Amino acid sequence: MSDTAQQQIVIVGAGHGGGAVAASLRQYGFKGGITVFGTEPIPPYQRPPLSKAWLKGEADAASLALRPPAFYDKADISLRLSTTVTAIDRTAKTVTTDSGETVGYDWLILATGARARRLPIPGMDLAGVLELRTAADADQLKAALGPGRKLAVVGGGYIGLEAAASALALGATATVIERESRVLARVASEALSHAYQTAHRKRGVTIELGAQVAALEGADGHVTGVRLGDGRLVPCDVALVGVGAVANVELARDAGIACDQGIIVDLAARTSDPAVFAVGDCTWRPLPHYGRDFRLESVPNALEQARQAAGAICGRAPAAPEVPWFWSDQFDLKLQIVGLPFGATHTVLRGDPATESFAVFHLADDNSLRAVEAVNMADAFMAGRLLISKGSQLAADKICDMSIAMKDLAQP
Amino acid sequence: MPQVTFIEHNGTAHTVEAELGKSLMEAAVGNAVPGIDADCGGACACATCHVFVEPEWEAKTGARTEAESAMLNFAAEVKPNSRLSCQIPVTAELEGLVVRMPEGQH
Repeated sequence: MSDTAQQQIVIVGAGHGGGAVAASLRQYGFKGGITVFGTEPIPPYQRPPLSKAWLKGEADAASLALRPPAFYDKADISLRLSTTVTAIDRTAKTVTTDSGETVGYDWLILATGARARRLPIPGMDLAGVLELRTAADADQLKAALGPGRKLAVVGGGYIGLEAAASALALGATATVIERESRVLARVASEALSHAYQTAHRKRGVTIELGAQVAALEGADGHVTGVRLGDGRLVPCDVALVGVGAVANVELARDAGIACDQGIIVDLAARTSDPAVFAVGDCTWRPLPHYGRDFRLESVPNALEQARQAAGAICGRAPAAPEVPWFWSDQFDLKLQIVGLPFGATHTVLRGDPATESFAVFHLADDNSLRAVEAVNMADAFMAGRLLISKGSQLAADKICDMSIAMKDLAQP
Repeated sequence: MPQVTFIEHNGTAHTVEAELGKSLMEAAVGNAVPGIDADCGGACACATCHVFVEPEWEAKTGARTEAESAMLNFAAEVKPNSRLSCQIPVTAELEGLVVRMPEGQH
């Protein structure tokens, strides 16, 4: 590694990605200054539990922290919380903050994340209409849930379904309102969608499919219900709107850094400016296993890119690209997805969805494996991860044969 | 709090205090022990907190769960004494525990 002691790194964003870049830089031996700016008032923390274990009360606030508070002092990482970076001057190599401060950098890392998509309907500003991105959002949601409370979820995506499952665990009721004809329509196969609809309904969640949301209605400034397009009202004490996220690209775009649906990066997480990296939900990144670019919203993606950026700065050899993966915990269902269905033309089912232990294998025309969606079937997920990274082909009659162990299926 | 030792693949040892009731993985991450990535934060979803439990400690760290076993079967360098450290709760009995780490978690 070249001498890094005199170098200054500025990280914009103190979420999972920003925190991981800082930690990885120290782990890889970076000796210079590291300053992390975060808009939120708390040190980097894990967001996934906000709709899962934490919301159900199974994890405390301290356990959300990515690292214990003392870590940052010990690692000589300067955390500048409640401070938003408002502009980048790439010529002067400085950033400006909302407190008017100007800070110089040798390397800049953008970990600006994504924000919840807002619906262009009346009533979004009523009290009790929430989104779920931050710990502060989650505090509000948790405070509003409890025995006898009614949660309405607008959007049948992962966050909405996880929140509905957690709400039931807290004794509340939940109605999920989805515009498409199935939940998880944008992100999962039909078989998976149907299994999750069945599982949620069986455990007491109400699901409205093909339902437009016309407005959020309220009394005295507080939400009281969700008005559907067909005129029906879903009464609620609290409404969670989870209809996707938009990458926070404005800071980069305003500085002239190339952006698409996210900040465009290469496999070292480098942007169009060689001194600027970007990691996590805010990036538009290559997917080498799929021959295309895409935006991923996931912790594993943020961590992989954090290692890429820190590795590039510290002069390490690039690691082999990972196959994207995702997980979701709802009730006693552990969903693990590896890969993306790009190029897949058919699916093969392993196991019986009725048993709530099954996997959907997505294959291309030549039977090469593109993705696996595994519910309570960890070996199918792990085998899939291996097989996709190797570009392996799989015979359909073997995938669905439960007498063949996944371990044997994965051995060519 | 019990003291536990993580030994990196290159032989570097890290002895840290592990909080009772937390997982062994959390003790590693909280003390910045390199070599335990724990990408999923303890959800038993990623197999990046893989450790080898020294044989004399296997009884006290307990047996693998079914899901953990399924994950480990596909981890790199898996051995009979492989565990996911997020699935090992820290108890007073683990005072002096020694675990070793594989070459990489990815």
